[in-house]
Amino acid sequence: MGEYFSLFATFFKIGAFTFGGGWAMISIIEREIVDKHQWIKREEFLDLLAVAQSLPGILAVNIATAVGDKIKGAKGSMVAAAGTILPSFLIILAIAIFLTPDLIKNNRVVSAIFMGIRPAVVALIIAPVITSAKAAKLQWKTVWIPLVVALMISLDLGLISNPILFIVLGGLGGYLVWRLPQTSKLKRN
Amino acid sequence: MNIYWQLVWAYIKIGIFGFGGGYAMLSLVEKAVVAPGWISETMFTDIVAISQMTPGPIGINSATYIGYVAPGEVDPELSGIGWSLLGSCLATLAVVIPSFLLVLYSSHFIRKHSESGVIKAIFSGLRPVIVGLIAAAAIMLMNGANFNPRGVNWQLWANIGICVVAFCLAYFPIKMAKKKIKIHPILIIVLAGITGLILYY
Repeated sequence: MGEYFSLFATFFKIGAFTFGGGWAMISIIEREIVDKHQWIKREEFLDLLAVAQSLPGILAVNIATAVGDKIKGAKGSMVAAAGTILPSFLIILAIAIFLTPDLIKNNRVVSAIFMGIRPAVVALIIAPVITSAKAAKLQWKTVWIPLVVALMISLDLGLISNPILFIVLGGLGGYLVWRLPQTSKLKRN
Repeated sequence: MNIYWQLVWAYIKIGIFGFGGGYAMLSLVEKAVVAPGWISETMFTDIVAISQMTPGPIGINSATYIGYVAPGEVDPELSGIGWSLLGSCLATLAVVIPSFLLVLYSSHFIRKHSESGVIKAIFSGLRPVIVGLIAAAAIMLMNGANFNPRGVNWQLWANIGICVVAFCLAYFPIKMAKKKIKIHPILIIVLAGITGLILYY
């Protein structure tokens, strides 16, 4: 019981005090799990991180699930994931109860504040476009992909504007580019 | 009642296809919740702002908030706090359950295939798409509702100004005492809010 509680408490703390999601959380999770509690070794943590990153979904929750599973099995993974999710769930719930859509629209002070905030939010999403484009090491061969994806999704043309379509195509394309030269080599040999 | 199934289905899809972190997830969320009219475009932007200012992953924050408001927005009969709570619980669970199960039951599979290079190959194809997904989220938010809700010319230009300044603050580190400091997004949002209060009250 004690270990479950301390697993929950650790991830609750991480969920409650990290702003900015996934990447900001990783170093804090590593410090708590590997250095402070010594639940798992650093190599094991890096291995779990690699798995968590390869899967879709919310990175922080994926890591919590993997770490909880490693330490205490399926029950541990539930406890750790719940600990990560609960703080933001409760905080947003509290905000949603008081900051209703009606208040944002009709209260003069709140609506003025949000009018100023919205353009800044757009800017905060443009910044990671550039950072992620740099990290993806786009070349002339691949630079058209994000352009087409962004254009098609934002044009709103029904089914062919569905982001899921492009995610599937991207994954499939990456696989084929890797696979095809290999099979042709095999045939030649 | 229908809205709850739709919420759960929308967030399960977001959970399954949400590669590339919170910002990349935004265009999935926007397509899933703004297009069917569950929430307005401005409300979506507000939720992103609130997510930035509160701890926790943006995926959870948006699911909780949207799950809370969507039932009441779609059907006035579902506007009580109980209905809202149900919506936020379901949406939050729906977004985490797919990856929760994948982490538990596919980690062996992932390890096996990451050695062969398949996973790496798939991600080399996904990475440029993720850049496009984030860009799409930004483009979709560059609309009249966010930049000129009252249809006043000077306010449009003021908002473009806020956007440009916010971008510079977010993207370029400031040199201070020989150290490069990046301004935290929360501070940028607070400054923009104060500017809004002064300009538009």
